[in-house]
Amino acid sequence: MGERETIGELLLARGISRRALLKYATYLASTMALPPMASSVMAEALAKARRQSVIWLSLQECTGCTESLTRSFSPTIEDMIFNLISLDYHETLQAVSGAAAEQARLAAMHDNKGKYVVVVDGSVSTRDGGVYAASAGKTNLQMLQETAQDALALICVGTCAAFGGVPHARPNPTGAVPVSDVIGGKPLINISGCPPIAEAMAGTIAYLITFNRLPDLDHLNRPKAYFGDSIHDRCYRRPFYDKGLFAKSFDDEGARKGWCLFELGCKGPVTHNACATLKWNGGVSFPIESGHGCLGCSEPNFWDQGGFYRPLSATTANPAAVIGGAAAAGVAVGVTSALLARRRKQQAAQQAAKEPQA
Amino acid sequence: MSLLAFARGPALQIALAVFAAGVAWRLLALLLLPWARDRSVARATAPPALVGAVKGFVRHLWPPKPLVRSALVVTLNGYVFHLGLAIVVFGLAQHIAFVRGLVGIQWPNLPSEVVSAVAVVTLASLMVAVVRRLTSPVLRLISTFNDYFSWLVTMLPVVTGLLAVSHLWARYETLLAMHILSVALLLIWFPFGKLMHAFLVFLTRSETGIFYNRRGAQI
Repeated sequence: MGERETIGELLLARGISRRALLKYATYLASTMALPPMASSVMAEALAKARRQSVIWLSLQECTGCTESLTRSFSPTIEDMIFNLISLDYHETLQAVSGAAAEQARLAAMHDNKGKYVVVVDGSVSTRDGGVYAASAGKTNLQMLQETAQDALALICVGTCAAFGGVPHARPNPTGAVPVSDVIGGKPLINISGCPPIAEAMAGTIAYLITFNRLPDLDHLNRPKAYFGDSIHDRCYRRPFYDKGLFAKSFDDEGARKGWCLFELGCKGPVTHNACATLKWNGGVSFPIESGHGCLGCSEPNFWDQGGFYRPLSATTANPAAVIGGAAAAGVAVGVTSALLARRRKQQAAQQAAKEPQA
Repeated sequence: MSLLAFARGPALQIALAVFAAGVAWRLLALLLLPWARDRSVARATAPPALVGAVKGFVRHLWPPKPLVRSALVVTLNGYVFHLGLAIVVFGLAQHIAFVRGLVGIQWPNLPSEVVSAVAVVTLASLMVAVVRRLTSPVLRLISTFNDYFSWLVTMLPVVTGLLAVSHLWARYETLLAMHILSVALLLIWFPFGKLMHAFLVFLTRSETGIFYNRRGAQI
């Protein structure tokens, strides 16, 4: 971190009271299921900490992740996130452009060597040397490798950065890969989702600043606090699943009664995220509450799981031709086998007729 | 490719293809065999072949009187797990969704709690069957790998299905993948082992019925 004012001083200068910070810290601590005392510890730590230097790289992405964070609902999560960090480089949000922008990135890297955090949204193009995504005369791959070299840690925001996402979907023309495929040896946190939940981002950064270490991560490097439970386990429609009450179409009686959307392709049972608990737009709703099944957007390869509307228990293959072909082959073998048996019997009968009777 | 993606995709596709090819081969190779002509003179009271076939099949649904007492438990247990398997396979909404995805037909499902309860009873019944096979000296003598493996591939989908529905022991995606893979194993083994009796039982019992009814024998 650079020699800049503390978060507490900055908040005070912006008219945000200590009480507001305490409430915010309590909220974040509760979203991470931290013990009650952790909220005051977090508030104190945040107030005293200097703002974390962050270099934000936007690679092969749609800007949806940045949109999700900057346009999240009140109480202004996005303000609080940007109060916690010193956003030294962000191609979409920064005012400067061109050489001045690149200079800002290089200066932040130099001033905070070994202490800055790199936030990445978007996947990394690798085919043909990564020429399919480039800015400032460098491929995304080169810029990422250069920036990550002296970073304290990397936070991959969104499914594209975490798992490749939509650019990684078949046929993956740009050779898109997740950040973890090209950057090794650095602490890395994935906050997946298309887009990710703003609170997960804020909570993770707050945790990093407060405790100066990574939160507990799952096997996909996602904070367990936000990705520990499946959507299905926390879904308010779960009782209908347990009872075997399923909507068969989006406008049938079951759909109107709010029954489980499993048969309409909901991927909630295999998707780990906090949508069902934190929800979206300030806790207003989430996709299943709006009547549509979960797409599984926070999981690897969610785009290539056989279709958004195909139930999890159905096969993802289209086996009609294969089964038909196999059955035809079975028929051919069976008929041939029977015909050979008939021929053998006929030959045996002819042989018996030729031989003189004893 | 994740385990679940493999199970839902290539594994099921291969298993269904092996099942279709194997069943077609076994049935046609058997049905098109040169049948030996029955040279016996039919009794005057012998029913037509079709009636004899039906009578033979129905008669075998329950043991004859002298054997009822000794075969009661095994007969009832057989009914319990066969009916249980049918209810579980055709009653659970997730299974119906699988069939709908395959051939486009569907029917109303049973409540999941009912199917789960039936699955537990089925599992217990399957356990009784294998314990009896292991403890009865005669059954043990005539049992082969085919018997035990057929039992295993029948039991595994019930266990993994129960775990998946109950979300016990592991993450749902792992449990679902294991359940689907166990079904794939069953489908692959089906035509080549004793599970083929699901088709052949109708042929064998009907043929026995025709044979004995023609001769006026009571079975």
